[in-house]
Amino acid sequence: MIKTDIIIIGAGPTGLFAVFEAGLLKLKCHLIDALPQPGGQCSEIYPKKPIYDIPAYPEILAGDLTDKLMEQCKQFQPGFTLGERAETIEKQDDNSFIVTTNKGTKHQAPVVAIAGGLGSFEPRKPLIHNIANFEDNGVEYIIKDPEIYRNKKVVIAGGGDSALDWSIFLSDVASEVTLIHRRNEFRGHLDSVEKVQELKNKGKINLITPAEVVGLVGDDRLNAVVVKQAQHIEKEFEIECDHFIPLFGLSPKLGPIANWGLEIEKNAIKVDNSLDYQTNISGVFAIGDVNTYPGKLKLILCGFHEATLMCQAAYKIIHPDKRYVMKYTTVAGVNGFDGTRKEAPKAVVKSIQ
Amino acid sequence: MEYQDIKITIIDREGVKHNVEAPIDMAMNLMEVVRSFELAPEGTIGVCGGMAMCASCQCYVLSDTELPEMQDDEEAMLSEAFYVKDNSRLGCQIHITPDIEGLEVELAPES
Repeated sequence: MIKTDIIIIGAGPTGLFAVFEAGLLKLKCHLIDALPQPGGQCSEIYPKKPIYDIPAYPEILAGDLTDKLMEQCKQFQPGFTLGERAETIEKQDDNSFIVTTNKGTKHQAPVVAIAGGLGSFEPRKPLIHNIANFEDNGVEYIIKDPEIYRNKKVVIAGGGDSALDWSIFLSDVASEVTLIHRRNEFRGHLDSVEKVQELKNKGKINLITPAEVVGLVGDDRLNAVVVKQAQHIEKEFEIECDHFIPLFGLSPKLGPIANWGLEIEKNAIKVDNSLDYQTNISGVFAIGDVNTYPGKLKLILCGFHEATLMCQAAYKIIHPDKRYVMKYTTVAGVNGFDGTRKEAPKAVVKSIQ
Repeated sequence: MEYQDIKITIIDREGVKHNVEAPIDMAMNLMEVVRSFELAPEGTIGVCGGMAMCASCQCYVLSDTELPEMQDDEEAMLSEAFYVKDNSRLGCQIHITPDIEGLEVELAPES
């Protein structure tokens, strides 16, 4: 059981900034995110795109914003459960909550802050009628352990970076790698595209374009994929394989939090914006793009504000008897949980002769 | 200066036809028009915000309206999307201008 002060669901910009604000109040945070890395949409969808409305940053790349937020909250030593989706929440007799992930990791805290953005990112599954029969029996949408492909025949479908990068990587692991894409052109980093070209020329990657996987063959386990190719004349053929890995990106779904008894409106969680962004469940807050209230704007900068007020409310829940006044970081400095201290340099007081 | 709205027809994912008046002075795109008239639930359209990176605003162009040519990123995204047809476009890449008056589109299924 991981115990902390605030469980934050979602490690996007709002969740990461909440760690900093909580840290100023000496509250510890633990973040859960379905993605394998922090940053949320900023890292997953558009790391190389600029954002122009972060206060004091005339322009910052979304990936760089994540790095800066990680650096800013580092001294408060947040815990991370990454690559796992928050599945259930159970209120305890002492009013704390236990949040359990899809992999069974348990977290306990008196406060839960849902900073889940648009939801958890789920792989987009191609429309092949019998694909569900082969899930985990030869079909994987996410590569977790590349070793399972050692000396196996692998077919990858997709045209983006992950399809290119995994084709490159697995060409050294698998006995055979086939990459199938609907177009002749790929969208990815130039290096990756060139590398795949090189491996294709060497015969280490079997490239089939423009083509599509339209069927799967096998009894219990996958034996082959049916490929439809539309070069010159349309033809269909089978490729023998042990694994089929469709990599068509991820799409966010509100997912299990929709069943937590929270008031949902327009695919978002209703909160009290007049006070503290608390949901209809006392002790559970929703901040950032995942919440809704009259006048809501889904902007990173609004998420920062919401995170700040949520932390103040969390403090009152965790320390009901303590008096507290907000302190400016310029005055009080920042005392990290790792023993570091940041403070404003003292002014020199000295006479001038 | 007087601005005028243009008329466009949008068939939602339930098959219901909506005749809407879209403003040409707000730098809007078709995905944003769909959202502003709430013709698809929030969170199911315009997920990436309009960067041609998610295909949640895919639509089928039903009228013979002449639309601006597809850019590389739109074409690349559509080549990875599902339910794609020959008349598929990304709503976020179609800007509302007087040239597209009378456009008729149908929203592609959610995926």
